[in-house]
Amino acid sequence: MRNMMQKSALMLALLAAGAVPTLAAGSEDDFKAAYAAAEAANKEAGSLRNQWTTTAATLAAAKKSADAGDFDKATASAKEAEALAKASIFQATSEKTRWKDLEIR
Amino acid sequence: MKLRSAIHLASAALALAMLASGAPAGAADKVDPAADAKAFRKFFTDKFPKVKLDDFVNGPYSMNEDLHKQWEEKEQFPPYEFSLEMGKEMFSKPFKNGKSYEDCFPNKGIGIRQNYPYFDEKEGKVITLELALNRCREANGEPPFSYVRDEMAALTAYMAFTSRGKPFDIKIPNDPRALEAYQNGKEYFYTRRGQLNFSCATCHVQSPGERIRAEVLAPALGIMNAMPIYRSEWSGMGTTSRRFTTCNSQIRGVPLSPQDDEYRNVEYYLSYVSNGLPISGPGARP
Repeated sequence: MRNMMQKSALMLALLAAGAVPTLAAGSEDDFKAAYAAAEAANKEAGSLRNQWTTTAATLAAAKKSADAGDFDKATASAKEAEALAKASIFQATSEKTRWKDLEIR
Repeated sequence: MKLRSAIHLASAALALAMLASGAPAGAADKVDPAADAKAFRKFFTDKFPKVKLDDFVNGPYSMNEDLHKQWEEKEQFPPYEFSLEMGKEMFSKPFKNGKSYEDCFPNKGIGIRQNYPYFDEKEGKVITLELALNRCREANGEPPFSYVRDEMAALTAYMAFTSRGKPFDIKIPNDPRALEAYQNGKEYFYTRRGQLNFSCATCHVQSPGERIRAEVLAPALGIMNAMPIYRSEWSGMGTTSRRFTTCNSQIRGVPLSPQDDEYRNVEYYLSYVSNGLPISGPGARP
């Protein structure tokens, strides 16, 4: 069971990590753009009824860092949130057919 | 000549592919709840040949002898007793307009838990007991209760108690919308979600009897029969809505709103595949 959890978490972590581009020093504008992209992706996940709590938490962390004036950190968090949201979209889309693999027949 | 050979080869490949896939296209997607329920029961009785069929409703206690003994002792002074008393009192107390819950349900609400959820053909949707209780309140000018708090748990605990021992008898009418609701519930049950990439089935089909942290996972067969439950982990009662929403958040998925269609449908599916197993609610869980 633990192995299964670790594998699942690892797979999604890798997926998320792969989608995160190299982070550069961020300005307020960079943050705003990254945050808007993350929010849009999370909204799409919402329309698929599959948002993750970690996306919301990472978006909140991004906002908190931006409010404190740390735009490097805020931009990094926003990009991480976008990667998480994109992973949740991938999950929802692929599960449209993959759920049948687990079905008791 | 070459073209003809190619056509023959392609035809043979297609025939092989069809043979390999078994039934012709379309048949695999046929919704057959009775066959599902049969396969579901067989899966669990094969997996746990020593567990008596009716004992599956006792969740983790059916999976482990020591836990079963603990449960028997717990049942001497069950932790849900206060909730049961509260529910009985609430159920018999008239609303401000003089009517009561009795007026909203068949057989005055006594011994009917095993028939919920049902598919309402007029509305075209699944109606759960929790939803029916709140609709009853609203129809009589009372504010609805939270689906995840003590009042709803108390009412459903009392109603379940009056049905104890009665086998689940969930009906799927011959209505394509009912079959669709059932199928959607099944899809929800098997769909992985949340950052941990878990489906309901990951825990309750693939891993019942195993531990996840300190908890022994319950089998999906009979899992609805014990609802609502007192959970020591929560230090209180939990409704079906509470169970579904916390399952979602535990796997790092944002829960939907209680009684959204997805939750109603998955309750319909899970209750149907446990048809024939006795109602044991209210239950107590670690």
